[in-house]
Amino acid sequence: MRGRARECQGAGAFALGGGRVAVVCLAIALSSGTTGAQQPQPSVAAATTSDSVDFVREIRPILSQHCFACHGPDAASREADLSLTTHADATAARAHGFRAIAPYSTDESEVWLRITDPDNPMPPHDARNPLTSAQIELVGRWIEQGATYAPHWAYRPPRRTVPQQSARDDWARSDVDRYVLARLEAEGLSPAPDADPVTLIRRVTLDLTGLPPTSSEIDAFLGDASDEAYERAVDRLLASPRYGERMASLWLDLVRFADTVGYHGDQDHRIWPYRDYVINSFNANTAFDRFTIEQLAGDLLEDPTQEQLVATGYNRLLQTSHEGGVQLKEYRAIYMADRVRNLSGVWMGATVGCAQCHDHKFDPYTTRDFYSLGAFFADVDDEEHLRDPYAGLNTLPTPRVPEMRVQSSETSRVLDAIHDRIAATERRLQSVGDSLSEAQPKWEQELLSRLDAGSTTEFVWVDDVLDTGGRTQGDWTFVREAGVPPQSGELYRRQQSNGLIQHYSADTTQKQIVVADGDVFFAWVYASPDDAPEAVMLQFNTGGQDWQHRAVWGGDQIAHGRRDKSWAGYRRMGSLPETGAWARLEVGVADVGLEPGAVISGIAFTQFGGTLYWDKAGMTSTRAAPASVELALRTPAEERTAEQTRLLRDRFLRESPEMRELRARLAELNDERDAVMRSLPLTMYTRALDVPREVRVLPRGNWLDESGEIVEPAIPAFLGRLGREGRATRLDLARWLVTPEEDGGIGGSTARVFVNRVWAMLFGQGLCSSLDDFGGQGVPPTYPDLLDYLAREFVDSGWDVKALVRRLVRTRTYLQASTPGERAFQADPENVLFARQARYRLPAEMVRDSALAVSGLLVEQVGGPSIKPPQPEGLYRHLNFPTREYERDTGPEQWRRGVYMHWQRQFPHPMLRAFDAPTREECTASRPVSNTPLAALTLLNDPTFIEASRAFAQRVLLAEHDTDRERIEFAWREATGRKATAGEVEVLDHLLSEGLEYYATHPNDAAQLVRVGDAPVDDSLAEAELAAWTQVTRAVLNLHETITRE
Amino acid sequence: MSDHTYQPDVIRDQMERVTRRQFLGALSMGVGAAALTQLPGAPAFARAAGMDISASPIPHFAPRARRVIFLCMAGGPSHLETFDFKPKLAQLDGTPMPESFTQGMPIAQLQGKQLRCLGPRAEFARHGKSGLQVSGFLPHIATVADDIAVVKSMVTEQINHDPAHTFMNTGTAIAGRPSMGSWVTYGLGSVNQNLPGFVVLTSVGGRNPQPIASRQWSSGFLSSRFSGVEFNAIGDPVHYVRNPPGVPDDRQQHLVDAIGDLNRMRAEQTHDPDIDARIAQYELAFRMQTSIPELMDISDEPQDVLEMYGATPGDGTFASNCLLARRLAERGVRFIQLYHRGWDHHGGLKQYMDVCCKHCDQPTAALIKDLKRRGMLDDTLVIWGGEFGRTPMSQGDGDDPGRDHHIKGFSMFLAGGGVRGGMSYGSTDDLGYNAVEDVVHVRDLHATMLHQLGIDHERLSVQYQGLNMKLTGVEPARVVRGVLA
Repeated sequence: MRGRARECQGAGAFALGGGRVAVVCLAIALSSGTTGAQQPQPSVAAATTSDSVDFVREIRPILSQHCFACHGPDAASREADLSLTTHADATAARAHGFRAIAPYSTDESEVWLRITDPDNPMPPHDARNPLTSAQIELVGRWIEQGATYAPHWAYRPPRRTVPQQSARDDWARSDVDRYVLARLEAEGLSPAPDADPVTLIRRVTLDLTGLPPTSSEIDAFLGDASDEAYERAVDRLLASPRYGERMASLWLDLVRFADTVGYHGDQDHRIWPYRDYVINSFNANTAFDRFTIEQLAGDLLEDPTQEQLVATGYNRLLQTSHEGGVQLKEYRAIYMADRVRNLSGVWMGATVGCAQCHDHKFDPYTTRDFYSLGAFFADVDDEEHLRDPYAGLNTLPTPRVPEMRVQSSETSRVLDAIHDRIAATERRLQSVGDSLSEAQPKWEQELLSRLDAGSTTEFVWVDDVLDTGGRTQGDWTFVREAGVPPQSGELYRRQQSNGLIQHYSADTTQKQIVVADGDVFFAWVYASPDDAPEAVMLQFNTGGQDWQHRAVWGGDQIAHGRRDKSWAGYRRMGSLPETGAWARLEVGVADVGLEPGAVISGIAFTQFGGTLYWDKAGMTSTRAAPASVELALRTPAEERTAEQTRLLRDRFLRESPEMRELRARLAELNDERDAVMRSLPLTMYTRALDVPREVRVLPRGNWLDESGEIVEPAIPAFLGRLGREGRATRLDLARWLVTPEEDGGIGGSTARVFVNRVWAMLFGQGLCSSLDDFGGQGVPPTYPDLLDYLAREFVDSGWDVKALVRRLVRTRTYLQASTPGERAFQADPENVLFARQARYRLPAEMVRDSALAVSGLLVEQVGGPSIKPPQPEGLYRHLNFPTREYERDTGPEQWRRGVYMHWQRQFPHPMLRAFDAPTREECTASRPVSNTPLAALTLLNDPTFIEASRAFAQRVLLAEHDTDRERIEFAWREATGRKATAGEVEVLDHLLSEGLEYYATHPNDAAQLVRVGDAPVDDSLAEAELAAWTQVTRAVLNLHETITRE
Repeated sequence: MSDHTYQPDVIRDQMERVTRRQFLGALSMGVGAAALTQLPGAPAFARAAGMDISASPIPHFAPRARRVIFLCMAGGPSHLETFDFKPKLAQLDGTPMPESFTQGMPIAQLQGKQLRCLGPRAEFARHGKSGLQVSGFLPHIATVADDIAVVKSMVTEQINHDPAHTFMNTGTAIAGRPSMGSWVTYGLGSVNQNLPGFVVLTSVGGRNPQPIASRQWSSGFLSSRFSGVEFNAIGDPVHYVRNPPGVPDDRQQHLVDAIGDLNRMRAEQTHDPDIDARIAQYELAFRMQTSIPELMDISDEPQDVLEMYGATPGDGTFASNCLLARRLAERGVRFIQLYHRGWDHHGGLKQYMDVCCKHCDQPTAALIKDLKRRGMLDDTLVIWGGEFGRTPMSQGDGDDPGRDHHIKGFSMFLAGGGVRGGMSYGSTDDLGYNAVEDVVHVRDLHATMLHQLGIDHERLSVQYQGLNMKLTGVEPARVVRGVLA
């Protein structure tokens, strides 16, 4: 059993860029001198104290922390061929009759001999990872008691448990309380007294809605003497739409929801309808199993609804990149790993990401499991931006196909009506067309004579839509932007680049142009005045690779075909047209070296730098019809090909006045429909590929190494198999997550992960404090029976989230005061036993929302595009591709709740960051709670809080109160919920009188202070007074108590 | 060596009497969390406060450097036009790159393109007593040749900018890990009680600058108190550091005092130690409101100093930021990181090398000289370099082609803080493609940096998600003793 310190390597998001095997990992160095000080085990024993040693809670954490790096699940790094992970392995007879563990006998157990051997100990000296004497003693007792193993608590289905009865059962209001009470009594602790009613109503209102209660809500609660007052308040809060907004924060952190792609240029992407799906699901109390299935695999349900497709935006929430030079296979591996990490973190409380390069060191996940889980996502169609990162993606937002239009009930009614009218018009077109046929020969004659006479015609190559067929390069999205009206039709293209950019269509079959003498090519362009291109080029293709026909306006930056002298392959046309207006670029066919009869089958639109809008382009000719039509006309009817016959009939019908009118009508209707469609928000969703990508195990995570075996979608092997014929799908995976264990899934375990997080939301920390890791290196739960009980109840309730929340907030445990007694604090400083409630600073969004609510500025509206409240100027100056300014909201939307704030992954709003909101690059199960000077500066000086203070001051002054002291008391109660003490009023009264004195003599300062922000200033109030009161309300909004949930 | 934060005994004595309240107070005063670990009860208090602390007392041995100034040349400067002269590459200019070099190697924008050699686009000469080779693009850095150690054998693992920056700063490309500045301030704390321990400055100027995410100075899973704070040359130096309009300093002081009084009253009622920490943070915030604008205003510097750097007060250039770096260093800031973002020269290599070197060469040399004449270079470690280098192969056509991203061999330099000057360490092959001798991986650079600060990289770790995380990760890392004095 020769050991050496081993290190675990975890998964790399960018597993490898360098080709060489690079281990970009979760760093674990068991050699780094860890002691109890940094182990996650709570200082209170995790389970009830008794002489009987509990393997799961007491022994396995020791083995995991001190032994498994060399004697654990990863066979590849195992020392001395000894594994201590199972009873069979640990007790197996080894060479020379040794046994690592001999049950009931320490003397015969090599493990015992070595952990107590001062000269040659285990773990070895150089591992700097020694056992404490208490741990050694514990291991000894465990061996003496028979060294029984038990399955890791989190891999066992939740058991049906019953709480013990307690002498103080009158305290308990529910079974939950009985579990808590029994443990507290065993520890010699008592629960804290109930919180006072004001603290309680403030706590439950913040917990369930994310906003503080108003004074009248508090009064109503205090005034309701009935036994059901609290239950009624809870029901009222759960019914509020604010509940969904509050719960969404928890979920959006987990699934890493953000408004931008995250990597490199961090462009916006289209995804906010997913956020609304989450809010609406919590408000509608969608069952958690359905909520799970819809997000992972809504697209695979039969006839999915729009909501179910929007929900599949979940699979698109990961960070993406189209940085120049990205390698498809590398990012394919990165995306897959990201999805596996998130899936396992959100639903399984597992760190499967650790198994990307090697088998998990502490949990039974193998590398094969990692890739097999990843294979479930191999059908997610999302690689277009990787295939051509140069295809005009540096836009805001950047397209991330596939995206879907999202209809509201209102817009779908409108669209249905338009579709009915379109169908009617099409029927009419058909019947009129049939009745017109006999007039065609006459029309043909007329056209022939017009052709013989000669007149000007325009051939449109592209306008509003690319219908040339053939192949294309670049982004052919047609748009319409504010401030740039189209020159022709409804739409145009926006082409932007910092260097050379070229979009073309070639090999057309639909729109070949036969060149005649005197024909002129044209294209309408509009150069952005702020960002004019340096050069613009039109280029023509005569089939195959022949593109040697170019006309260039502006400078010589475009190198293709460039020669000292102007020639047909690089015809200099002079300077660029003026910016800020539509201009028609024209070049004659002869100038670009085209002979009559040449057939144009491609046109390229090229520019160097700048932003250029491209509208209609084509050719004007002195002929009345294209050569193809003319040829057909001159062919006797009986000799025409089917194609020629169709060509002539189409043209005839198009030119008939009646048909033209109907077609115009149809075009109008189509436009109308398109306009409605364009007004609909886009959102990323999941579209399954017909043929999923092949997934191989990547040896050591190296994407350049294609020697690994091909894997099919599968659940981790130690958790069983999906009993299914053929390839398993995301839908199978989702159902497995929410199917109870007795029916072949892991639903009970999934429930345990989720109820633990809801518990943490309501009690400050989880029953298992490692919310994101239920594995061997996680922290065993302090109340395993209670956690199991809650998980089972949750599943039995039909995954009813509101019922779960209701159950928990109605416990006596929840009602406790949060002020620790001396004894309780000494015994349990971290409160892992919940002998009191928790007090902690509000999460970032609640800090903002509370200030807005108290000030009266809060604008409540559920859903919609993300909002952009003011933020410091220049925050995005480090962003590029493209560079951008933050265009802040100036209307009332800026005062909406934090859950709607634009989430820029690379530069989240500084206010959010100062209060520990995550960047949402990865799954976040619990936010840290810091206390920094930057947070203080934010509350003191962020204009949003100054504005809120001033609006709050207005509220205070306009409320009906007789004295300043009463006003101060009013402000205090609005913010904290409680009455101010005389001493507190005194401090603020002093601040007020100083302020009044100052601002009376400094009117300019007063005017400046009250004018911060966009909220209207009430003219009826004296500025000096308002400024002085603003100082008072600033103090109130900055109180520790105002931003604390107690 | 005048700062007093490295006296574990003092801290230990102090903390023998510690209460949780005092513990949090000490943390809020900027004492490094890792330095507090031997205190009774500290780990539990720290956990209760939502913090991780390492068990290993720091420093692990006598430090040679007190602080780091890291000059990040974002975009990846060419080693072949700065420090790594390759005459053989000049001979092969325009000829196909031998396939033996490039076969099976990851390639960025040159994927699928024909690969041709591009000879050095700069003249090289030997400088100083040491005769160190420096290119003509860097005439000022050439004058401090005897103070710098050029590492010519750097390698990294990430070939695209965003992940490569993240790799250079955090030792991994996974988001959510602490940056090196956060690790250092976590381990050592801050000396100045009125300033953050880790400050980032970014510069204006340069073509098509690299995007830089705030992830690059994030504290990851460490407390956000160890996060880098970006100081802005333009606008408010730190977000929300200025009083609101119409509120002069004495008004703000009254307000902060009133908040403090009210919070103290609440602390009396509830005995909640978090309130004490809150009070301390408000006091620190108020001091920062004065100290930071004063620090950022370089107009009080003598004219000759401004000229030495080439700085104009308030212009936000790299030159001004170098001068600010010195002022931050003087005030005890532990980790100072400067970004210049214009080094991604896929085309116009000569043109843009010229632009970027004009931005960075003089101020970098001035910073080293200025630190030296003030006696601060001895305990200030200066590091210069990009997230990767550039290919020996050319990219693009025309008179002035460029070079693509390159990770198999590139140059960085170190100065001060116990580093031996006037030397070159390691080498690349004849064409400047692969680092072949004394290869220095990014994690070796990290290990060396920590070593100079008195930290054993193996022992600066924090448990997170069940794993012991380190800046240097899991693969072996070595201190590059060859560059140490």
